[in-house]
Amino acid sequence: MERAVVCQGITKWFGTGDAKVQALRGLDIEIGLGELAMLVGPSGCGKTTLISIIAGLLDATEGNLEVLGTRPTDLSQRAQILFRRKNLGFVFQQFNLLPTLTAAENVAVPLFVAGVDRRQAVEQASELLDELGLGDRLSYLPSNLSGGQQQRVAIARALIHNPQLIVCDEPTSALDAKTGHMVMEMFSEVAVRPDRAVIVVTHDSRIFEFADIITHMEDGRAVDVEQGRGIGHGLVRSLTSQSSDRPLIERTS
Amino acid sequence: MKTSTVIEVEEPIRPTEWKAVAQKQKGRNGSGAMNWLALRMLTGDRAKYTALIFAISFSAFLITQQASIFGGIMNRTRSQIVDVTDADVWVMDPATQYIDEVYALKDSAVGRVRSVPGVRWAVPFFKGLASAKAADGKFRSVILLGLDDGSLAGAPEPRKMLLGSIESLREPDAVFIDQSGYHFFFPGEPLQLGKTFEMNDHRAKVVGIVDASAPFTSFPVLYTRYSQALDYVGRQRKLLSFVLVKKAPGVSAGDLTHRIETDTGMKAVTSKQFGWMSIWYYMRHTGIPINFGLTVGIALIVGTVVAGQTFYLFTLENLKQFGALKAMGTTNLRLVGMILLQALVVGAIGYAVGMGLTATFFVVSRSDATRGFFMFWQAMVGTLGVVLFIVMVASLLSIRKVLVLEPAMVFRG
Repeated sequence: MERAVVCQGITKWFGTGDAKVQALRGLDIEIGLGELAMLVGPSGCGKTTLISIIAGLLDATEGNLEVLGTRPTDLSQRAQILFRRKNLGFVFQQFNLLPTLTAAENVAVPLFVAGVDRRQAVEQASELLDELGLGDRLSYLPSNLSGGQQQRVAIARALIHNPQLIVCDEPTSALDAKTGHMVMEMFSEVAVRPDRAVIVVTHDSRIFEFADIITHMEDGRAVDVEQGRGIGHGLVRSLTSQSSDRPLIERTS
Repeated sequence: MKTSTVIEVEEPIRPTEWKAVAQKQKGRNGSGAMNWLALRMLTGDRAKYTALIFAISFSAFLITQQASIFGGIMNRTRSQIVDVTDADVWVMDPATQYIDEVYALKDSAVGRVRSVPGVRWAVPFFKGLASAKAADGKFRSVILLGLDDGSLAGAPEPRKMLLGSIESLREPDAVFIDQSGYHFFFPGEPLQLGKTFEMNDHRAKVVGIVDASAPFTSFPVLYTRYSQALDYVGRQRKLLSFVLVKKAPGVSAGDLTHRIETDTGMKAVTSKQFGWMSIWYYMRHTGIPINFGLTVGIALIVGTVVAGQTFYLFTLENLKQFGALKAMGTTNLRLVGMILLQALVVGAIGYAVGMGLTATFFVVSRSDATRGFFMFWQAMVGTLGVVLFIVMVASLLSIRKVLVLEPAMVFRG
């Protein structure tokens, strides 16, 4: 399996002097293309910091990072932005939809950013929303959509430009259990493809069943990795990030 | 369910090619759609959008209106100078500072000026105040202008004559009166020649009605012959206010004024210089500029603070959205462009509304009392500069906030 994300010894410090805090402590992780990986762990364990680094929104203090075969540190700042623009899709906890745009226009935003003509972009966004079952909500403002519908719009926005890596931050935390499950069901169907990796940060154990690999984090380290679609298939391995001389994750497929 | 909508923005790019792609994509930043997006963000928040437009419109209106009225008042201080179109140079006592405070010259001054080389003609010109009384007893001070009996130099331009002709001023007791003066002495009556009133127990007969420029004071303006003017104000030892001079062909006004001053010891200035002398006198010796300046300053401060604060709040409230756009690959340059576009659009609309309000004000308030007050193009241009300043200051804080914004903040709930 081709590797989408490779993190080796990723360390991240915030602040300076007495206020200096270490968010990540030499973390190793690999995520393959075609996988839906979940990062789980208590608040403050470094999940959000890790996906921010993987998404190129933060720089690691130390360590090696490779995303889709590219080392972000080798790219200029502008090239990093263009790399992110083309290859990454985002789903945020609070959806972060633009309140003044309709559902279709919100989905089209990554295409606007990429320079696609507005009409064409909205047309394509409308088609995608239609496929996601929101064809009758194209001209609705986010405020007129339910939480589940808003998150589906956000998912469509993450998919519209066909990125190879999708990063989701607590995609179900603002939704009730039933809606969260439905959204994840839909998401895992439309987002997971052999040429794409999906990383989901979550606290919500009810959606673990959708993961191909679950990395448990604690105190800035990956302390446990569960692997295989559907938990409880006996593919659980317990690894620690200290064992940097051997692969953190052994592929079973 | 797998989506069939696949939008390839570009062909896959090998990692080693990213630098070249970055170069290639310079300038291709989806400006059309992103500009549209910026405007949708701006107009979506109706309350703040309206507040921004209101703040800028209010400032633009107040600044243009006050600056135009100030300009109108200052223009009025030189209205009698501006209305004399046939002379190039005004000669006066060296102590004279402005047109409304005249130190009279001896009658011989005219001859002395005429003797200066480069003078084509030089004539006496009287400017003073007289008391006029209408037939019904209505009484008022008037600005009396006495023109050379022979040439009538200094008379209003023919196009300014609403009724009568310049030559009729040669008739006995003849005066021209300006339109607002006519309405004061003969209220409600149509413009008509032949009306009479008294000045210093001398009869004055209206033989012409003039569209004279509005004076600084609201006194009526009367034109008569120089000799007649002396009768109307009462003979005194010295009554010659100014000598009006026409320069000979080929002589520069600057050279001539210098020559007159050297040869006669009197002060000689061009019409334009004399106009500015009068304006500067009022600027220096009255509180008018301070008063208007304060209003303009307050309008500027209020406009900047309100617009700046509202715009900044608007940006703060959209910070998550800006962060999301950054995360999705929008460059700082594009975000700055979006903010500047938003600022310029509210600035342009606010300016247009402000100008419309000012124009409406001047149309609605048009009357005899507001003669000479109109929208100065200089005030409009100046206000445009002020509005640009306001929106730039307003957007500066927002731009800074967005530039330092960490896109990773979008992951913080």
